Order: sequence, then C-alpha cells, then structure tokens
Amino acid sequence: MIHVKINGVDHDLDVDPEMPLLWALRDVLGLTGTKFGCGEALCGACTVHLDGDPVRACVTPMHRVKGREVTTIEGLADPPGDHPLQRAWVAAGVPQCGYCQAGQIMTAAALLAANPTPSDDDIAHSMAGNICRCGTYVRIRAAIKAAAAELKKP
Amino acid sequence: MTIVVSRRAFVLGIGAASAGLALGMERRAAAGPVKPSARVFAPDPFIQIGADGTISIVCHRSEMGQGIRSSLPVLIADELGADPDAIAIVQGDGDARYGDQDTDGSASVRGSYEHLRQLAATARTMLITAAARRWHVPEARLVARDGAVWDGKRELTFGELAEAAATLPVPTKVKLGTLRYVGKELPARDAPDQVVGRAVYAADVRLPDMLVAVVARPPVLFGKPAKVDAKRALAVPGVKQVVELPALAPPVKYQALGGVAVIGEHTWAALRGRAALAITWDDGENASYDSRAYRDQLLAAVRAPGDVVRSVGDAEAALAAAARKVEAEYIVPHLAHAPMEPPAAIARVDGNRVEVWACTQSPQDMAEAIADALGVAKHDVTVHVTLLGGGFGRKSFPDFAIEAARLAKQAGVPVRVQWTREDDLRHSTYHTHSAQALAAGLDAAGEVVAWRHRIAYPSISSTFDVTKDHPSNGELSQGVFDLPLAVPAVSVQTGAAKAHTRIGWLRSVCNIQQAFAVQSFIDELAHATNRDPRDMLVRVLGPARVLDQATQGTPVLSNYGEPLDRNPIDVGRLHAVIEKATAMAGWDKREGRALGVAAHHSFVSYVAVVAHVSKGARGEPRLEEAWIAADVGTAINPERVRYQMEGAFVFAASNALHGAITYERGAVVQSNYRDYRMLRMPEAPRAIHVELVRSGMPPGGAGEPGVPPVAPAIANAWFALTGTRVRELPFLPTPRG
Repeated sequence: MIHVKINGVDHDLDVDPEMPLLWALRDVLGLTGTKFGCGEALCGACTVHLDGDPVRACVTPMHRVKGREVTTIEGLADPPGDHPLQRAWVAAGVPQCGYCQAGQIMTAAALLAANPTPSDDDIAHSMAGNICRCGTYVRIRAAIKAAAAELKKP
Repeated sequence: MTIVVSRRAFVLGIGAASAGLALGMERRAAAGPVKPSARVFAPDPFIQIGADGTISIVCHRSEMGQGIRSSLPVLIADELGADPDAIAIVQGDGDARYGDQDTDGSASVRGSYEHLRQLAATARTMLITAAARRWHVPEARLVARDGAVWDGKRELTFGELAEAAATLPVPTKVKLGTLRYVGKELPARDAPDQVVGRAVYAADVRLPDMLVAVVARPPVLFGKPAKVDAKRALAVPGVKQVVELPALAPPVKYQALGGVAVIGEHTWAALRGRAALAITWDDGENASYDSRAYRDQLLAAVRAPGDVVRSVGDAEAALAAAARKVEAEYIVPHLAHAPMEPPAAIARVDGNRVEVWACTQSPQDMAEAIADALGVAKHDVTVHVTLLGGGFGRKSFPDFAIEAARLAKQAGVPVRVQWTREDDLRHSTYHTHSAQALAAGLDAAGEVVAWRHRIAYPSISSTFDVTKDHPSNGELSQGVFDLPLAVPAVSVQTGAAKAHTRIGWLRSVCNIQQAFAVQSFIDELAHATNRDPRDMLVRVLGPARVLDQATQGTPVLSNYGEPLDRNPIDVGRLHAVIEKATAMAGWDKREGRALGVAAHHSFVSYVAVVAHVSKGARGEPRLEEAWIAADVGTAINPERVRYQMEGAFVFAASNALHGAITYERGAVVQSNYRDYRMLRMPEAPRAIHVELVRSGMPPGGAGEPGVPPVAPAIANAWFALTGTRVRELPFLPTPRG
C-alpha cells in the first residue's frame, strides 16, 4: 500500500511502486484532468504539484510520492476554478484545444507561488517545459501577468 | 477520509472521482440524436426545445481548438431568437442526418452557415406561429428574443410554446432574421471546463470493466510480424491478453496498421507488457525508404521536364528568350501533426452493436471503417465524439478506433486503445515530402515574362490508390492552379513520386509547401530586381481581378468547393490583406527591423503575414513579432478567428523552424518531442497582432488559412536580416541522437 494525500484526501493505493503517478491518477483514481502527452517529461501536459513543487507525473513513480502531498488541476482551488490563474485563463480565452492547459496552469501556479511578480523572461523560462501545439503562448503569458497583477492587489 | 483502492478491485473507473464522469458521458451519449416527442419541439436534428424551457443545440462538427463549439451553436441560437449563453450544446454523434460531419478543409462554418440559419429560422417561425395562434394576433406583430416570443407587452417562453409548435406543419419558406450575437465578441464555451480538468477528451472516458490496450505496430508501412514471443509480456502483472491484429495490405485507405496488441488492466500494465514483447518484423518492400536518398530523387524529378498541368503561353520559349533567368529549388520534409493528445479510442462491442468514443474529426467515416473491419452494418456502429486535444488532420483517419473495436470484440469487455507519443510520431499520416523548382524569366526592365514551376511529391491519393504517383488536381488547387500571376507565359509541371509511407492531410495541406516555394520565390525576384518585396508581391500577383479557369490555364479551378460566382477568387482581397498587414507592421518605417512579408489565398480566405526576425545568441532565427491581416469573409466568432491566426503562426513557425520527420530503412527516425521539436514559449514571438479585414463576403475558412504564409514570411525576413536564403525546411534541423 502506498499512502499519499491527493487534493487533500488521504489514499492508500495498492499499486506497482514503479507505476507513474500519472497512471495512478488517471486509471486508478479517475482524476483525468492531468493529461498524458509524451511520457518522458518533455511536454509538461501532466504537471502536478508534489508538496507544492511542479513535477511531471508521467515520470514520477508512485514510490516517490509515498507519504507526500499531491495537488492536481482538480484540487488547485476551492471551489474549483477559483484560482486567479484559472479565472485569468477564462477571461483571456486562453485554451484552444485545451489539452495542455491543465499542465500549463499547474506550472504557472508554482511559478507565481515562488515569484509573485515574474518578468516576461521569468515566465518564458518557467513555462519552457510546457508545449502547446495550438500555439497559445502569447495569451498564456498575458494571463499569467493578469493573475500576478490580481494577486498583488491588497 | 481515506479511500482504499485495492489491486483486485482494478476495474478502471471505480475511483470515487470517476463515477460522475462515467455517468456524465452516458448522459451525453443519451442526449445525442434528438428524438421528437409530444413534450418536445424538435423540428430538425439540430434543435430541441423542451417543455421545461431547455434549448439544446447540436454541434455536429468536432471541436479541436478551432472554436467550432463556440461558433455554430451561437449561429443557430441567434437565428432562433435564443440567448446563446442559455443554450445547452450537445456534441453530435456520427449521424448522417447531420449531413457532412468531416471536420476538415476549414469548412465547418462556410459549409453549414446558410443551412443552419435556415433550420433555425424555420424553428423560430413555428414558435411564432404557435404564439400567434395562442394570442389570436397576426404573426407579423411578434418577435422571438432571448428564448421567448414577444408581442411588445407579454411573452411566451419557447418552453411554453414547444408542445404547440411541435404539432405545426414545417414551413418550407421562411424569412431570415437579424442576428444580434453573430460577429460580436463571444466567449470560448469550453474554457471554464478546460481550466479545471473537467473537459472530456477521448482517453478520459470511463466505462465499467474497461481494459486498456497499446499496440506494437510494424515499424515499416505494410510490414508484418514474422515471429512473436509474448511469454514475457503475459507475465507482466495486470496484462490480460496479447492479440495479433490483421496485417495491413495496400492501399492504406481508412484501415488500421496491424501489429500486436497488449491488453491490460490499466495503461501501465499494457505499456510494460508491450515493452516485454519480442517481435521479429518482416518489413516488406518499404524497408528501402530512406528520406535522404528520396530527397535527391525528388530533386531529380523537378530538374527534368514533367507533365504539364497548367499552361499559359509558351513558358519554355519565353524563359529561353528572357534577358535574365532566376531559378530556385525548395524542399519541405515530411511533417507530423503531433497533437498534444495522442490518438485514443474506447470501444464496446455487444453482439453486432459497436459503440465507440473517440477524438475523431470524421465520425461517419470512422463508423463506416469500423463496420467494414468488424463485418457489421454501419447503422450498428455508433461513434460518440469527444473533445479533441488537437487534430490538425491526423484524426480524420479512423485507424486507432478500428483497433479499439477489434480489441473490444476480442476481449469481450470495453477497451481503450491508447497511443503514446512514440506511436503518434512513428505511425502518423504524414505531410508529404516535396521538392519544387521555380524559374522566372525577366525582361530588360526586370518584369517577369515567364514562370515555370516544377513540383514533385507523393500524393495523398496514394493512400487510397497505390497507382497514384503525381500530385492530384485537388492538391494543385492549393496555391498552384489558383495562384494569381500577372505573367504572360506560365508552365506548371509535375514529376513522379511514389509513396513509401502513409501520406495524409496536415493543417492547410499542400498550401504549406506550395506557398513556401511561391512566396519565397517572389521575394527572391524582388531582391534580384532591387524592388521592395511588398511591391514585387503585388506586381507579380497582378491587378485586382477575379480569376477564371481559362485565363489561369488550368484543368480545374475548384475553389475549395465554393461556387466561383458566389465567392470568386478575388485578387483585390489579397491586395487588401497585404496592405493591411504591412501597414500594421510599419513596413515603410522598418528602421532596421528585418521584416518579411508573404500572402496567400486558401480555403476561400485571404491572409497576409509580416514577420520580424532577429538573430539569437547562437546565430539562430528569433521570432520577434508578427502582424497578420485576414479576410475570412463573414465570421461568427471573430475573437476565435483572430485566435486561429495567432495559433496558426506558432504552429507553422514550429514546423518551419524545427519540423522534420525522416526515414531510415523504412522507419521513422524521430520518436518524441526531443527529436521532433515544437516551438516553446521562449521561442514564440513576444506579440502576434491580428486584424480582420471585413469584406462582407460569405464565410471562408479560419482554421487553416493562417498557416501557409508564415514559413515564407519568416524565410523572407531571415533573408532581409542575413542575406541567406533558406530554401529547405526546417531552419534548425534537430541533430540525431
């Protein structure tokens, strides 16, 4: 049994310790908001937070998350969708196909948690691991800045 | 609370969070085709108004990021007299009653705009008639607005009228209304679900008892397994079965590729099982395919005279007599779509009944292909369309769903077939590999007096008929037959090119290579004659006029299926976007910025792109900024149209800078995003400015027309900066290993 807290809920999972967190989330727990894109930590579509840090769930084996806390897109905000980034994403109409956007938002959320006033270069550097084939980068950058501005308000 | 999931209970989707999703999908499926009943007004397959006031509108085209679910249902709601925010959008299953559902050719809006408006106007008229009878007033005094019929003082909601309207005869002639929402800034309908992980893509569908399969496919097209040892695979915990799929025989058509499937309790088991398979492949004759050698064959083909497919005057004589000749060769490699969502499909087979959930651009073709593969009737196959995590033409092919249907039949329980990124890049439906040679004759004053364009690439037709080894008229209608040229002598020739892999459609298709060659070459002519590239472009395209087949000297002028009298190919519209984009970019005040311009007409729309390029720290091209002017005719949702242009710039720039699928010994070399690179945020321009030119013409395409001008605009800007002409894409080939 692997004990892990996911989105605030404790789970004991009887899974292969080598199983990547991505498949445990998707296939075992039905948390399908985290997407499979490449399986090799090359595209960022599966980004989740492990104790607050962004990790690629597709290359994170379950034994590494044992006893730790995982946050997925479903658990980023309470109520769901209420994170300033999620609101900024909707306001700016960021998604096209939308498939990569959960990973983009999770990476951006970790960036803002560590650096609430990122420069354009900071944003580009932090987001470089997340591919969007639809090409939504300009709006992703704008939405991150809008969310950062909202967070700065007292 | 602690939720315990035991290994024995491994039935996909038993986790607490998935139960609702599975139910949701069942509900969505059940809501699919609209069935008439006494308490429901459903005058056509697209509109259903319940007595409770719910207005459900079907989106019959697939959503893959182009914003169709934020467009077509708005058009229907608007014409109906409903508030688009208050409707429920139902994704249509594959169903012939919706007409053509192929989401391709940038045709969803232009192909259904008038028909859907007419249907909605018919429904509105019937609701008004019902209200007029209830109130005993003339229909002319009534209007439909925000889901109710008004007479100025009182209202009856559509729900209150549904039952009465359903009893009325369907009028054959109705008047179109005034649209209040179409053309305004409209929201992206799926964004709220997408940002919380609630939007449902193919692999997110959960069915009770579902297993997961991955397939080891032949590395070479038409290869087959010579020897399979599944012992180690079957020993992997969670692996249920290893199944050999029928081998593929030419032509490819809409068939699956064959191979060996591993079915497991979950994706991880199936992946581990596949890795443990020992397969010896019989590669067959395509094992000789080597894209480096093939490139040289293509070049040889365009260095010799070919079949003349477009002819005006005597181009060879005019070239021979010209004061000066300019020649250039252009090469574009195979490309893969690489949508962020790799193909996936779920199938459930119960006797002759097959039910499929898939990220498909073409649900009716998919149903037919599955029916053929399983030997059942087409009407026994239901295809539910999920959201697509990108499609770009790849998901027009049904192969992945055929695999799921075969395996579900074999397993006796629902099966999801999951493609990995490696599967996607190595077994795609590739954009063709092309070579083109252009030659222009110039007179003493520098005017272009002769134009010769030689073209060779494997045709998409080869996927359906192995004897096809020249570009088809359809492919040449993408920027060659319909290219305006103010040149008195024109010859277009095609050379033979046999296909050795599966050739398919990639966003904007043959416009990619044909616009790259033509728009680069016109820029070369500008520099050869010391003219401004924008002025040269307008000069070569010639004066504002409408094209006709006789003057073009072509066997067809197909205009993407649109009648030429209703929506002609209008060079004036091309001029307008060139003028707009160059004005936006400050073309006449470049002040040291290296700008490149290109303009192209495709899918009945007109797009000009100006790119600003600089040199990066390692001498590589850096995209600084882009300006795009587009005339797509009437737009339902201009915000999503502008966004398509923005996305098309990045998509096309990604292909131009990095994209290349290569072959060695018949197999694709690239395997994942490390060697099939995508543009990432640090490489994206800091700004992409888009403006729509409002011509008032009928709707044109929006998803694809933004792609073709991008690569040549970048190449032209790079030449302006460095004096180096890039004639072979990509700019930055990824080194092996």
